[in-house]
Amino acid sequence: MMNDRVMEKLGILADAAKYDVSCSSALSKRENKNKGLGNAKGYGICHAFTEDGRCVSLLKILLTNHCIFDCAYCVSRKSNDIKRAAFTVQEVVDLTIGFYRRNYIEGLFLSSGIFDNADYTMERLVRIAKKLRLEQNFNGYIHLKAIPGASDELLKEAGLYADRLSVNVEMPTEQSLKLLAPDKNHLDVIKPMEYLKNEIAGYKEEKKQNFKAPLFAPAGQSTQMVIGATQESDLEILGMADYFYQQMNMKRVYYSGYVPISYDNRLPAIGTPVPMIRENRLYQADWLVRYYGFNVNEIVGFNQPNLDLDIDPKLGWALRNLNQFPVDINTADLELIKRIPGIGYLSAQKIVAARKFKKLLPHDLQKMGIAYSRSKYFLAFTTPFQLQKDLTAIQIKNHILNFQKSKYKNDFSNQLALF
Amino acid sequence: MISLISLLYFNLIEMTELIYDGTYEGWLTAVFEIYEYKLTDIVFAKKETSGTLLFATSHLVTTDISKAKRVLDGLRKRLSADALSNMYNAFLSEIAHIEQIMFQFVEHVLANSKSIEEDFSHNAVWNIRKAARMTRKESHRMEAFVRFKLTKDQLYYAIIEPDCDVLPLIENHFKKRYADQRWLIYDAKRKYGIYYDLENVCTIELEFNLKMSSSSYLTEICDEHEEFFQNLWRRYFSSVNIESRKNMRLHIQHMPKRYWKHLIEKTPNF
Repeated sequence: MMNDRVMEKLGILADAAKYDVSCSSALSKRENKNKGLGNAKGYGICHAFTEDGRCVSLLKILLTNHCIFDCAYCVSRKSNDIKRAAFTVQEVVDLTIGFYRRNYIEGLFLSSGIFDNADYTMERLVRIAKKLRLEQNFNGYIHLKAIPGASDELLKEAGLYADRLSVNVEMPTEQSLKLLAPDKNHLDVIKPMEYLKNEIAGYKEEKKQNFKAPLFAPAGQSTQMVIGATQESDLEILGMADYFYQQMNMKRVYYSGYVPISYDNRLPAIGTPVPMIRENRLYQADWLVRYYGFNVNEIVGFNQPNLDLDIDPKLGWALRNLNQFPVDINTADLELIKRIPGIGYLSAQKIVAARKFKKLLPHDLQKMGIAYSRSKYFLAFTTPFQLQKDLTAIQIKNHILNFQKSKYKNDFSNQLALF
Repeated sequence: MISLISLLYFNLIEMTELIYDGTYEGWLTAVFEIYEYKLTDIVFAKKETSGTLLFATSHLVTTDISKAKRVLDGLRKRLSADALSNMYNAFLSEIAHIEQIMFQFVEHVLANSKSIEEDFSHNAVWNIRKAARMTRKESHRMEAFVRFKLTKDQLYYAIIEPDCDVLPLIENHFKKRYADQRWLIYDAKRKYGIYYDLENVCTIELEFNLKMSSSSYLTEICDEHEEFFQNLWRRYFSSVNIESRKNMRLHIQHMPKRYWKHLIEKTPNF
């Protein structure tokens, strides 16, 4: 069955799937059983990195790029004149197993254009996952796209075979979705998320009572928003993300900088640069909320709806809140130390552990791999070997920006004065 | 010339060279004997690399499991399991003078009654952590970068050339994951491999000659679909790249060039 036609299809259907940025293969609880193939338990593995620097962890493909919808931002939209292809169920199974056995991938990330109707498409995705699990005894990672509008029964079956399910909201607000994806409606996206949230919670509870209970999407659900195709501010985007984390118990929200692929005048023209810095800043903000104990409204607000592009959101927050500094790392709580620019999550933990042995001085921090040149403006030491002058926020920012060699530097030469 | 070299090594002449067999147990035995014979000013050497002539005294260590165990037990009283495995990982890093760095750590541990493993601003503690992280980083990389090729007799084999001796650390990962296929991962730098026979993993030593990596030889020994799968993977790898986001610096940072030789997607079709 493996022939040259499969090679061509793989080219088309991998190319069409690459704008979905999710690549996680972590957080599942699925272990190898009965000496079968694969083990998805534990940490994720990036098996390769493409020339754009993104990780390749899963075989990420569409089952088909035939689609009845005409979403302006999507490369597979009905009206786009591109090559179309469709895999058979068996071809996807054979590719997944062949790649997995050679240690190319952690598993499969299967999505699809919508052909005929939602249930018909979803049923094929589920059939592939089922075949992998039951016929191939495959215990690697499977991420399935939940097709908006598919029936609850099919979603439930999908959850029993997949490690992660995702429904992409794509547009951060309902108006944008209406504008660019007239065939889709917001409720069709939210409904399956809500259903999955409840099912995941239910099975988790059941598993606590009875360890033999089946796994249901053990790596949870995620979603994705396209950034920069429409006019939303970072406040709206991060607010939406916060809603997904709080209300839908999402494991991850992905931000995908819009890659211009269309001459449609509702969208940025072809040739417009991908908003990679903004995307990066959104991920940093996302991390601050999930791991650093920040509240979204500490990072963006109505008076400051967008993240700074030239500095990271943690530094931005610190500069707006200089009254909270300096912090004495020898006595401060872990939570406060995590908020110091230049000190990351792990470094903060190292500091709290190491200070039990001796009072830490600047050279100790440097030895422990902490970005002292960045953090020094926010630190207080009980032995004042070096007095830190009282600097204004603008002065600190300029010091830091002059010191660092940012790969983005060229993009900001004329923006420094705006702060 | 000889006198010049002796001058350069003037300090070393005063030292005792401890020659051990290069194994972790051997090194632990050496540590035991440093205390047993009250040796000072020591320098470690592996059997094959020792330059005995330079040193006034040398001491040959014969690996002794019971001595090694006593050192480990002593350390275990003052260190957590994590810190102990950190030491082993640091040993596998094979960076220059790692034995010396580890001995400084052991001295520091034994000189204190309670655990000093989190005293990160202390050189000995930090250096161990650094070396251990290096090994772990590379063993994680090898879990990612191993590329199995399938032979006619249904053996999945891969060749790697890591900086650190990672095979002992990745064995379990592959055993759990590929429980239903025979596989062999060969470290061409250290000339040994680990082989899974569907029941157990064992260490094997073999010589791979150059001929065995030539393309004609590969076509000869490989399964009939092998080349096609490799080409599918290459096609996949190039198709998922987004040209307008190109970032070679990041690409190389994540997949350093020294690994490319054994990565199918970074080598042209054969």
